[in-house]
Amino acid sequence: MQIYLPIAEVSVNAFLLLGLGGLVGILSGMFGVGGGFLMTPLLFFIGIPPAVAVATEANQIVASSFSGVLAHLRRKTVDLKMGTVLLIGGLIGAALGVVVFNYLKSLGQVDLLVKLCYVIFLSVIGGMMFVESLNAIRNTKKGKAPKRKKHGWIHGLPFKMRFRTSGLYISVIPPLIVGVCVGVLAAIMGVGGGFIMVPAMIYLLGMPTKVVVGTSLFQIIFVTAFTTMLHATTNFTVDIGLAVLLLVGGVIGAQIGTRIGVKMKAEQLRILLAMMVLAVCFKLALDLFLEPSELYSLGPGGGH
Amino acid sequence: MWRWLIPLMFLAQPALAAEEVVLGLSQDQVAITATYNGSEILIFGAIKRDGPVPEGPPLEVIVAVSGPDKPVTVRRKEKRYGIWMNIDSVLVDSAPSFYAVATSGPFDEVLKDVEDLRYKVSIARAIRSVGAAMSIKDAQSFANAVVRIREHSNLYKTLEGAVSVDQQTLFRTSIAMPSNLTEGVYSTRIFLTRGGEIISIYATTIDVKKVGLERWLFNLSRHNPFWYGIMSLAIAIAAGWTASAVFQMLRRG
Repeated sequence: MQIYLPIAEVSVNAFLLLGLGGLVGILSGMFGVGGGFLMTPLLFFIGIPPAVAVATEANQIVASSFSGVLAHLRRKTVDLKMGTVLLIGGLIGAALGVVVFNYLKSLGQVDLLVKLCYVIFLSVIGGMMFVESLNAIRNTKKGKAPKRKKHGWIHGLPFKMRFRTSGLYISVIPPLIVGVCVGVLAAIMGVGGGFIMVPAMIYLLGMPTKVVVGTSLFQIIFVTAFTTMLHATTNFTVDIGLAVLLLVGGVIGAQIGTRIGVKMKAEQLRILLAMMVLAVCFKLALDLFLEPSELYSLGPGGGH
Repeated sequence: MWRWLIPLMFLAQPALAAEEVVLGLSQDQVAITATYNGSEILIFGAIKRDGPVPEGPPLEVIVAVSGPDKPVTVRRKEKRYGIWMNIDSVLVDSAPSFYAVATSGPFDEVLKDVEDLRYKVSIARAIRSVGAAMSIKDAQSFANAVVRIREHSNLYKTLEGAVSVDQQTLFRTSIAMPSNLTEGVYSTRIFLTRGGEIISIYATTIDVKKVGLERWLFNLSRHNPFWYGIMSLAIAIAAGWTASAVFQMLRRG
């Protein structure tokens, strides 16, 4: 069934979009990532204008994250306190990121920067997670208890706070910094930032993997809601028709994904996410290094 | 020689008014509804003339449908430091969002190049670029890229031999409008030619408009962006909550 999208001004197959939404929703529920880094390229591929894809994607992530968070809240795997701290950092970062983005836009080459950002971050994060979780799986097979580093330099910082759900007693400074960094990147790269946030919470803050997913989703809701409003009021690029199609699939997928995620071991979850991140990274790197079949690209003209 | 040519020229002159188009359109409005998936417009008509069919080369018909003009920035990638990045860009300051030209025969036979240059009938002539910087030598290749990319996505098309002409009096053609149509006024021009020279032009318009829900949503997003955003978020939250509640019930039940 074909549906004409009012803002994107293209006609698309409704079932294809429902399916895509569902697929990304499952990943979102499993890993606590918004799925924007996967969905946005997919939407480009089926012919949605990039500006509309990025803006609408943010709206869809609100829905699937909300659905996922409710499922996690019932299992008490959301650290609301930590989420709030990360969110405060995230909003500050997002505001900074918009400034940086506009500055780079005036220089040109934003596209390239965004892609380079993706490739660098995805490869570093994906590679680290892959190696780490592979080791963890080997260790559990050998019967060794997984080690958790307890006292690092992070524990020497002031403003300590107790995060009961995560079982942590650490300073609020590291989570705030993580929030700001993710916020900046999220604004520049146009994603919720879950795929950076999740590894950062696991490796930098030492949060348990089970809590990380729910907490990440919790803060993504607010960041993407903010982004949606920003796009809707400044660029008029949120396509409600596209959003509804994607989010119907997305919210169902998120529920399924959360259930799959609960049944899986933390290391398996991490290694799968690492593999997915590396795959997306590989695809983006190919675009940068191989000669494209079409050297020319069209964009809206007369910006100034 | 000249004695022959001058009377011929006088003969050719009145022909410009002697043959005229009487046009019919299957629809002069395309309504984009939520389930719009492309449409076909039938363009047909007859030639009205005062006398008998003139001698000489047969009558040919060209139909050109053109969407609203919009500027387009064309960027070209080049390899720098091992990475393919956008280097040069040219502003094509006017390119129709849609352009279809249907002819009754091979294009270069039904229309002379001079006439094409004057009336901008062919695709290559219908787009205009002046924004090329001095540093870019091959600005034409950027304009060509617009044509190539849009032909590839079926937005620009040359349909040679798609107009059928009957008895030099009746003609008809159908033009398929793609599903990714943009709103606006689509100008439709019909040219009558003989021996490659244009003898009559008829112009009309086809209105492409969003209607119903599409119209309402589009207007809301432009005039009340804040509430449109709030509405989008409300739908998202409601959908997320509904899915969660339904799954919870399924698990219990």
